[in-house]
Amino acid sequence: MIEFKHVSKRYGTKNALKDVSFTLPAGKVVGVIGENGSGKSTTLKLIAGLVKPTSGEITINNEPVTRRISRTVSYLSESDEFYPFFTVGDMIDFYHSQFTDFQPEKANEILSFMKLDRSQKIKNLSKGNRGRLKIVLSLSRDVPLILMDEPLSGLDPLVRDSIIRGLISFIDLEKQTVLITTHEVEEVEPILDTMMAIKDGQLITIQDVEELRIQENAGILDWMKRVYQ
Amino acid sequence: MGEEFNPSKPIYLQLAERINYQIVRKELSAGEKLPSVREMAIRSGVNPNTVQRTYSELERMGIVETKRGQGTFVTEIESVLTTLRETLKKDQITHFVSDMREMGFSDEEMIQGLEEYFQVKGSKKG
Repeated sequence: MIEFKHVSKRYGTKNALKDVSFTLPAGKVVGVIGENGSGKSTTLKLIAGLVKPTSGEITINNEPVTRRISRTVSYLSESDEFYPFFTVGDMIDFYHSQFTDFQPEKANEILSFMKLDRSQKIKNLSKGNRGRLKIVLSLSRDVPLILMDEPLSGLDPLVRDSIIRGLISFIDLEKQTVLITTHEVEEVEPILDTMMAIKDGQLITIQDVEELRIQENAGILDWMKRVYQ
Repeated sequence: MGEEFNPSKPIYLQLAERINYQIVRKELSAGEKLPSVREMAIRSGVNPNTVQRTYSELERMGIVETKRGQGTFVTEIESVLTTLRETLKKDQITHFVSDMREMGFSDEEMIQGLEEYFQVKGSKKG
């Protein structure tokens, strides 16, 4: 369970998040949605302990978030942070050396699902395959919380499809919670339990997506068009 | 991934509807085991929690039953399956009639139209 209490984050004079409070239940796939610059990535980085709140308090399962929260949180960054001279296998071994919860067998399973080869050099991978490799690394950790910042961004439809299918196949919602930020709302909609909508650094709503469909006859995209325009 | 779902309608109900159709079409027979929640999630491209909700809904309707440790099975109770078949028939007819009425056709025109349709098609399927 993730809890924010009056969390604000300022970068210089810019308010990235303003007095945000919420609790998110465990065992769900949560889509963090909002326009560019609305505070989605900041929210994920705060949960991952990568940036500190300017004010307020963040806890995961009642444990205050510090940099050491990475023991229980798997964070997939929006940017590619690979050593180009590594092979796919080197990268997996590196992750294995850094995280005690890393499961090499699961990594191999997801690798073959994603049709990646351990011997390929990272610098020779296509953008799509680098995107797939990030998914392999992030899902191979046995952690209660997985954060994914724009895992589909800039990738072609087939790659996006394989990533979404990979997510369904390899997450365990009995033990894990997943937060995804994305602009590709249409594609992730069928796999989301909950949407968390952010606008101008403020939380608009946290809503069960099926309830939204029942109550308003609307999907996330319809809802966004109404609220953001 | 299967066919796309309509994002404005509850996905767990759309999935339940698909399974009901499969049962009536005999693609799933009485007593047959449904795919596991995860397998069904992967096949249909939805969240496992959604599939769980679909299975619970079907169970509530008596169409499937979950046997502890074994999985979820289509019911073998004949009357439930007959009712399901009848319900789907009525749903289709309601849908057809309301569409036709919206276009201004009278009940007589509909019946006449159906009779002509079956005469032309004879005993052919489709």
